[in-house]
Amino acid sequence: MKTFCNSIRQDVIKMIHNAKSGHPGGAFSCVDILAVLYKKVLNVPVEWDRAVDFNKRDRFILSKGHASTALYATLAHCGFFSKNLLMGFRMLGSKLQGHPSSRTKLPGIEVSTGSLGQGLSIGVGLALALRLDKINSKVWVLMGDGEMQEGNVWEGLMNANNRQLDNLVVIIDKNNLQIDGATSDVKTIDPLDDKLKAFGFEVYSIDGHNYEQIEKTLLEVKKSKKLCAVIANTVKGKGVSFMENNAGWHGKAPNDEQLQAALEELK
Amino acid sequence: MLSKNQEIKSPRNAYGETLVKLGEKNPNIVVLDADLSCSTQTCKFAKAFPERFFNCGIAEQDMMTTAAGLAYGGKTVFASTFAMFATARCLDQIRNTICYSKLDVKIVATHGGITVGEDGASHQALEDISYMRSIPDMKVIVPSDCSEVEQVIEYAANTPGPMYIRIPRTNLQCIFDPEAYKFNPTAGVKIRDGKDLTIVSNGETLIEVLNAAQKLHEIGIEADVLHYPIVKPFYHTVLKESARKTKKVVIVENHSVIGGLGSAVCESLSQFAPSKVYRIGTKDTFGQSGEQRQLMEFYGLTDKKIYEKIIKFMDVK
Repeated sequence: MKTFCNSIRQDVIKMIHNAKSGHPGGAFSCVDILAVLYKKVLNVPVEWDRAVDFNKRDRFILSKGHASTALYATLAHCGFFSKNLLMGFRMLGSKLQGHPSSRTKLPGIEVSTGSLGQGLSIGVGLALALRLDKINSKVWVLMGDGEMQEGNVWEGLMNANNRQLDNLVVIIDKNNLQIDGATSDVKTIDPLDDKLKAFGFEVYSIDGHNYEQIEKTLLEVKKSKKLCAVIANTVKGKGVSFMENNAGWHGKAPNDEQLQAALEELK
Repeated sequence: MLSKNQEIKSPRNAYGETLVKLGEKNPNIVVLDADLSCSTQTCKFAKAFPERFFNCGIAEQDMMTTAAGLAYGGKTVFASTFAMFATARCLDQIRNTICYSKLDVKIVATHGGITVGEDGASHQALEDISYMRSIPDMKVIVPSDCSEVEQVIEYAANTPGPMYIRIPRTNLQCIFDPEAYKFNPTAGVKIRDGKDLTIVSNGETLIEVLNAAQKLHEIGIEADVLHYPIVKPFYHTVLKESARKTKKVVIVENHSVIGGLGSAVCESLSQFAPSKVYRIGTKDTFGQSGEQRQLMEFYGLTDKKIYEKIIKFMDVK
């Protein structure tokens, strides 16, 4: 798994370098979660809409849309589309928009995101639709921790609890940093576990870079009949020492030397 | 096409009843509201199909994004609340989630315009058409009476993609004969023939315009009256032909003169038929509390005021 995740991280940093813009910090913090999700947990066919029973797939929403490179690279490495497409990221006419777009019909991209705080309620709506259609798959929403400052998120959490959506899982990539600095300095979201519990969620706290823990927990919540939230404690910029825990790498592309140094660490 | 029956009926009621009718035929229709289901009349659908009705509480951003999720899940979604809260409060959700992904969400807003009345400025959406018109892939429809509301809602249910439909708060006089008038989603419609000027309107002001046109006729001014329920996309032909003939165009709307039907007409005329134009609507201003008819009078939207303004515009001595 480590090798797999390193190869995803290599592509992430190459895409951002090639596009001369993007969001390495928050992409690196969620690569391990995404890799485990797509390799071990989600029931999503790589044939995408050509699959039989396509409508029975699990739905994945990347609410923190700025981590798009992590999702694109994970999907490509899992075979949803050719890796050749990756370097088109952020280029004119590319299906790999700066933030995920369902408009471009890129296999694997379920919904458009980018404006923060909306993915959770979209997930609530999708979960309601699945319930109405009696489809037993789950909706998985990956959120950023800074994103938890958006009011729409708490409206959505309240709605999910009100509807007792046992087919919705919320994962929070808690890397404790946002553009302007530490989340605790900008506007604290803590104590996040207590808040989620108060909103009716069964809360799991895990190390978001420990593959075994991620897999075990996500498989457990997959089976759960309760409303579940997983707080994945992560490191922003994980995998490249000079990017780790540095808010400056939230939305910055590496130069040629930094790219080489990063790739060296990700071997 | 005009109705001989001048009965006054509630367009919100017509909306609620039509939803129930459509819901019976189409199990894929779901309806959302934000704690105003009695006012918007989505409560009728809630009663008939409780499992397909989702009250999102006083949380319009959540309602619009939940609506988006249901549409992603293949549902035809109607989401309703007051025009003020259905647009400005959740503009980002409508733009970036509903419209950007071309989702099948119909935002049906009641209580648009100054006619909200006593609740005052905070509840009087005078800019909703302007907001909605500026978003790519959003269709904007402003029907004028109950029979048209029914047809528009049915059209919405059967036509994929995002739409904004504004339903008046006030009870409205029947304008159209439901047997003879068929809502046309791809054209404006001429409902009175003249030669001296063109008057364009929709929504609650259409009946006022028709009455004003009758008064103008009595002093020898003949107006083409054009009904434009579809504000966006804007279909030019009917307007273009009329304006090329009359060279004078007046737009009347229960909305700010900035960004609504008046702006849409001006954009069209500047391209196809430059004309002398006068826009009647609320100016660059907030509304205020008052009785509905008083407010219409104050902001110049009654038949009498429209008539007086047009006389001035036409420079009749």
